[in-house]
Amino acid sequence: MPPDSPPAAIVAPELPTSVPPSLIALFMAFAKMSLAGFGGVLVWARRGIVEQHRWMTAEEFNETFALCHFLPGPNVVNLSVVFGSRFRGVAGGIAAFAGLLGPPIVIVTVLAALYSRFGQIDALRRILAGVSCAAVGLLIAVVFRMMMPLIRDRDFVGLLVMLAVFIAIGLLRLPLPAVLLVAIPLSIAMTFVTRRRVSA
Amino acid sequence: MSSENNPILTLVWTFGLMSLFAVGGANAAIPEMYRVAVEVRHWMTDKQFADVFAISQLSPGPNVLIVTLIGYSVAGLGGALAATLAMCVPTAVLAYGVSRLLRRSAGWRWPAIVQAALVPLSIGLMGASGLILALSADRTWVAGLLTAATAALAFATRLNPLWLLLAGAFLGFAGVI
Repeated sequence: MPPDSPPAAIVAPELPTSVPPSLIALFMAFAKMSLAGFGGVLVWARRGIVEQHRWMTAEEFNETFALCHFLPGPNVVNLSVVFGSRFRGVAGGIAAFAGLLGPPIVIVTVLAALYSRFGQIDALRRILAGVSCAAVGLLIAVVFRMMMPLIRDRDFVGLLVMLAVFIAIGLLRLPLPAVLLVAIPLSIAMTFVTRRRVSA
Repeated sequence: MSSENNPILTLVWTFGLMSLFAVGGANAAIPEMYRVAVEVRHWMTDKQFADVFAISQLSPGPNVLIVTLIGYSVAGLGGALAATLAMCVPTAVLAYGVSRLLRRSAGWRWPAIVQAALVPLSIGLMGASGLILALSADRTWVAGLLTAATAALAFATRLNPLWLLLAGAFLGFAGVI
């Protein structure tokens, strides 16, 4: 074999598997993604589902995630249920949901118990104060990353909606349901009008 | 209402309703959690709320676990479970129903206009989360500086967030904050 010939495995790329995962496989896969996910599980979910298990193509994953993202509720939790039920019906949805939430709930509850018992200890208070400063910084970084496409595309309507919601919720501290009931129809209407004007 | 006397029922009702308005995920609902838990129901001080957020970020798993911690502080183990399930189950059932309906029409996606209209909304909500948490966590200018530095590092690099949290823990322990 000449040294420059590619290895056989690269010639025949693996196709997404056609065997649907078992309930236990669903539970274990989501438990693993969840426990790997510090500061968000989405990256690990994509890695596990698309790259490692090949249960979905990247496009299928993106479409499924978009559906879950624009429905209310915790996105990755929605994703686990939609994904699991696609392969194994209601039982599959429950298995994926339980895998995603079960193990981290145990961990976080142990941490909560420790906090309520030792939270007043001075060293722990100082550590938590430092961690919360950093955690807030991480959240702010995510916000700026998400803002970049709006700035790049000069989406002034989007930036205006974003600013209005920020002021209503962050500064005026209005209740979320009231703000959304006004903001969602208004934002859709404004986006609709500006897009029509652009395409006309 | 009788739910006023039963903390578990109050948690279920509060978070079940809130989940339906959590557009953009759990982090976008943090201002509403803060409003209810700190300002309306006085379940915790705003320092405790910042602590709870820090603990939820320190532990693995989805961001929604902050609700587990709020539930625990209100009503122990039962509260933790009740709050988490109330925040997750109604919208999970909704997502299941919608995805089943949509599978009949293969290749369905959200109209681009709805996506374009909702993205800035959820960014605004998460920005408000950042502001409210920063006001609770950053009591000194050094603390504010640490938040700003973390934000800049996380924005500009692909550093694993866990390192930044550990750096915060270390600086806090050293008494810098």
